Amino acid sequence: MAQTFRLPEGGQIDRAQSLGFSFDGGRYRGYGGDSLASALLANGIHFVGRSFKYHRPRGIFAAGFEEPNALVQLGEDPRTDPNQLATLVELVEGLAARSQNRWPSLDYDIGALNNLASRAFPSGFYYKTFMWPATMWMKYEHFIRHAAGMGQSPRERDPDRYDKTQAHCDVLVVGAGPAGLAAALAAARSGARVVLAEQDHLLGGALLGEAEATIGGAPALDWARAAEAELRSLPEVRVLGRTTVYGYFDHNFLTLIEKVTDHLNRKPEHLPRHRLWKLRAKQVVLATGSIERPLVFRDNDRPGIMLAGACRTYVNRYAVKPGTTAVVFTNNDSAYGAALDMQAAGIEIAAIVDLRREVIGPMSEAAEAAGLPILADHAIVATEGGRRIKRVRAAPMDPSGGQVYVSGEPIDCDLLAVSGGWSPTLHLHSQAKGEIAWNEELGCFVPGEARQAAHSAGACNAAFGLASCLAEGATAGQKAAAAAGFKAKGRKKAAPKAADHGFLPARWLWLVPSDTPLGHGGKHFHELQNDVTAADLQLALREGYRSIEHVKRYTTTGMGTDQGKTSNVNAIGIVAEATGRAVPEVGVTTFRPPFTPVTFGVFAGRDVDELLDPVRRTPMHGWHQQAGALFEDVGQWRRAWYYPRAGEDMHAAVTREVREVRRSLGIMDASTLGKIDIQGSDASELLNRIYTNAWKKLEVGRCRYGLMLGEDGMVMDDGVTARLGENHYLMTTTTGNAAPVLAHLEEYIQTEWPEFDVYCTSVTEQFATISIAGPNARRLLAELTSDIELSPNDFPHMAVRDGTVAGVPARVFRVSFTGEAAYEINVPSSFGLAVWQATMTAGEKYGITPYGTEAMHVLRAEKGFIIVGQETDGSINPIDLGMDWIVSKKKDFVGKRSLTRSDMAKPDRKQLVGILTDDPAVVLPEGAHLVERVEPQPPMAMLGHVSSSYYSPNVGRSIALALVKGGLAKKGQKLTAPLLDGRKIGCTVVDPVFFDPEGDRLRG
Amino acid sequence: MLLIPCPYCGERDETEFSYGGEAHIERPKEPDKLSDAEWADYVFMRPNSKGVLLERWVHSHGCRRWFNVARDTLTYKIHAVYKMGEKRPRVPKTDYV
Ligand SMILES: [Zn+2]
Repeated sequence: MAQTFRLPEGGQIDRAQSLGFSFDGGRYRGYGGDSLASALLANGIHFVGRSFKYHRPRGIFAAGFEEPNALVQLGEDPRTDPNQLATLVELVEGLAARSQNRWPSLDYDIGALNNLASRAFPSGFYYKTFMWPATMWMKYEHFIRHAAGMGQSPRERDPDRYDKTQAHCDVLVVGAGPAGLAAALAAARSGARVVLAEQDHLLGGALLGEAEATIGGAPALDWARAAEAELRSLPEVRVLGRTTVYGYFDHNFLTLIEKVTDHLNRKPEHLPRHRLWKLRAKQVVLATGSIERPLVFRDNDRPGIMLAGACRTYVNRYAVKPGTTAVVFTNNDSAYGAALDMQAAGIEIAAIVDLRREVIGPMSEAAEAAGLPILADHAIVATEGGRRIKRVRAAPMDPSGGQVYVSGEPIDCDLLAVSGGWSPTLHLHSQAKGEIAWNEELGCFVPGEARQAAHSAGACNAAFGLASCLAEGATAGQKAAAAAGFKAKGRKKAAPKAADHGFLPARWLWLVPSDTPLGHGGKHFHELQNDVTAADLQLALREGYRSIEHVKRYTTTGMGTDQGKTSNVNAIGIVAEATGRAVPEVGVTTFRPPFTPVTFGVFAGRDVDELLDPVRRTPMHGWHQQAGALFEDVGQWRRAWYYPRAGEDMHAAVTREVREVRRSLGIMDASTLGKIDIQGSDASELLNRIYTNAWKKLEVGRCRYGLMLGEDGMVMDDGVTARLGENHYLMTTTTGNAAPVLAHLEEYIQTEWPEFDVYCTSVTEQFATISIAGPNARRLLAELTSDIELSPNDFPHMAVRDGTVAGVPARVFRVSFTGEAAYEINVPSSFGLAVWQATMTAGEKYGITPYGTEAMHVLRAEKGFIIVGQETDGSINPIDLGMDWIVSKKKDFVGKRSLTRSDMAKPDRKQLVGILTDDPAVVLPEGAHLVERVEPQPPMAMLGHVSSSYYSPNVGRSIALALVKGGLAKKGQKLTAPLLDGRKIGCTVVDPVFFDPEGDRLRG
Repeated sequence: MLLIPCPYCGERDETEFSYGGEAHIERPKEPDKLSDAEWADYVFMRPNSKGVLLERWVHSHGCRRWFNVARDTLTYKIHAVYKMGEKRPRVPKTDYV
């Protein structure tokens, strides 16, 4: 199909590059340099989507990032992206786009019935729906989600690669329009390191869309190209095209998304698709331009109704005629420039309908001189046309200003270009917490004081004339460079000459009257993306909402993916008018990142799969793998969980491992336990203050179990610490708490007891730890060492010895987490695997059994040993655990005073107990709730929950640990565990030690 | 993201640090002599002030040293950093409401 609406010449496009693309299955052609929107318009396509709520036909409305309507789905699964702005998508060969929010097709859309039944979707529809009983929502959810088709996310895995990078600069310039280019030049000429970021692939900003602008007597774009060439030639300048600064955070930290390969036909392997820049700038120049606002009039949403500035851009930049016969509707001077450019491109201007009483202003007067038909003090009161506008009615305004009494004259057209004024793009300034002020004359919010090292310049600073943009940009660039430590070199260059007219004068009329009352026939949309009308705003006000933030949430205005870029000011103006308040009194809603939608991929970057999180493996990991172990994640560690033999399920394997440890001998990899080396003359004092029990009398060569509390008295960690020398300890921590415990020690040493002579060093990864446990543990160790005396007298339980094991220097702890005689052999990590293998070989005759974390859990539960984080949750103190035996009454320690707070003495605190089910075969699920009285259905008064639960082959039945309110006083009492599947399991509260309560096996 | 000037290492991104709450709250020397309310005040109660707050940070992914920062909780401006044990810096008075 020919590009019927393409002008024969002009534009920033490459006619030699003919590109094929598809939209909703139709095949079309465009040119290099086209956006998807300009290529569609070149082919006469305006109607590209249906609206969110009413499914009304919608067309391309803008030419840039402010586009509210033309959201498309690009590509096919898995390379598909929803909600892409057709105005920002660069055309590439083979691009496949689909419209969204229509079913089954754009032309025949069932949801359009919503438009007829629009009273079903009043303002606050979602709020009211959510307030219905939940069952109603279940019924409606499917329908609403299906109808509210904001595109589809890919179902398959994203095959593309994304990247993140960090950068620093002296001056970041955001936006490469005239102000941004001038700023970047000024800063760069001072010698500052400059980053210039522009979301477009061409530099020039608004100049790209203007035909007549000149700078220094030459076409403005020539100046822009020269500026670009100079910037690119400077070594300290980085020009980032296709890069949107989407977030402005604290201390001049900004985030940028660079679209690296989307525009390339062949995407090189070595490049990521998108790149996230995390940029720290000493100074920022915001030159983000301005956004044209529409006018809010009746049925102002039909395809073919566009922003006037966008029409101008399509004509000048893309050489596309957005229509054949245009009506222009404006309240300011700038739309006349668009009218003149459109006329020059061969578009018939049927009328310029101007809300202003008089036609004044440089562009208006030029248009008048050119003989364009102008209707001053008129309003458009109605539009017609289904999938494309075909007629408007223009009527004279009542002298009072707010009314129209006649139905007006029909004017045929296929394009309606609208301008309701211009709003500075304040988003980044506001994200950086800069102040915002209302400018009555300009009818827009303007930046007030910046809260960070930022300077707004050009149209985003309400300098709408070209000369002002250039001057402000240069000044801001120079100031920024100077503030970053770079003084301007040589004589200051005079700003190049250019015209300097803005869009004034204007007439601010937030709601354009119609010949029928608001809401009676037709809709005055102020927010196109979320389908919010002026009547919706007024309904919200009638229903009592006053704050603009509440009105926003109730009506959903400005809450679409465009964040109301074209609609916010109009919404605030309408609310102000309706409530008789001044605009500044109504205030402005919050601007939030991202400025435009950002691909999820860049947030992940390369941190996916094995790079998502580091995996920590012990030196013996490979052995466990070969032995067929299954693994469980404990923090970042991967620990052997159990070692199933052929035909064994988890239950069978764990039962065997647990039995074998108590029958003969087990071996476990305990390398992941945290190990902290503590040295210094105050090491004993440190432990004394950190642990609940006393440490000063511990002999060298002995170990002690310790419990560590937070200052709130709650259990934080536990573990065995050995005294290796007079001033030397080795502390072990739970696997997950190694880092937090070290941080805890360092905090107290540095902030509370700086006088201490003590040093803590993490040695977790320096040692491999092999734990052997069971009745044959001592015999086995005897075969592996010749220089450690092992008799119970020489090497008793809770002692530590240095020596040689399997020919390797080793430190052996006689400690036990299983209740069996057990030794933890610590060797330098590099020897871990060798010693493990030697131990396995020597242990064969005892049937040595490798056991994993699951068997360890069962073994320790049989003994009633707690696991921090399983039996504790930050709200459990030592007394709750029945561990008052380890709490010193004499000395002070971290958390001690909290233990005597009145709250800690409450009898109904949750306390650790054992639980035995009436049926010994039933294993309660962990997390099961325990109740005293069973009700027919929830809610029931809950007494506590099961924290650990296993089948114990050694006890010959199921066992469980639980935290139960007042549990210590409930021993012997019957409780019930009502389960999700309806079963009600009877059980009894017992002591939490199920096996060898005297501990004879331990000492053997 | 804050840019925090560690007194030992220089300016680093906030992600390298951990927050330690209000500074200059000394652990009581004799906790047993305090009432429940006094102890609770030490352990739990913080002013959550608007304006310049003297607060503790630790350079967890750097030198692992604790230090103090005078930071405005409204503007996030850092007025001063100083080492543990050093005197409180002079900070501007804020009159936020
Ligand atoms: Zn540091």
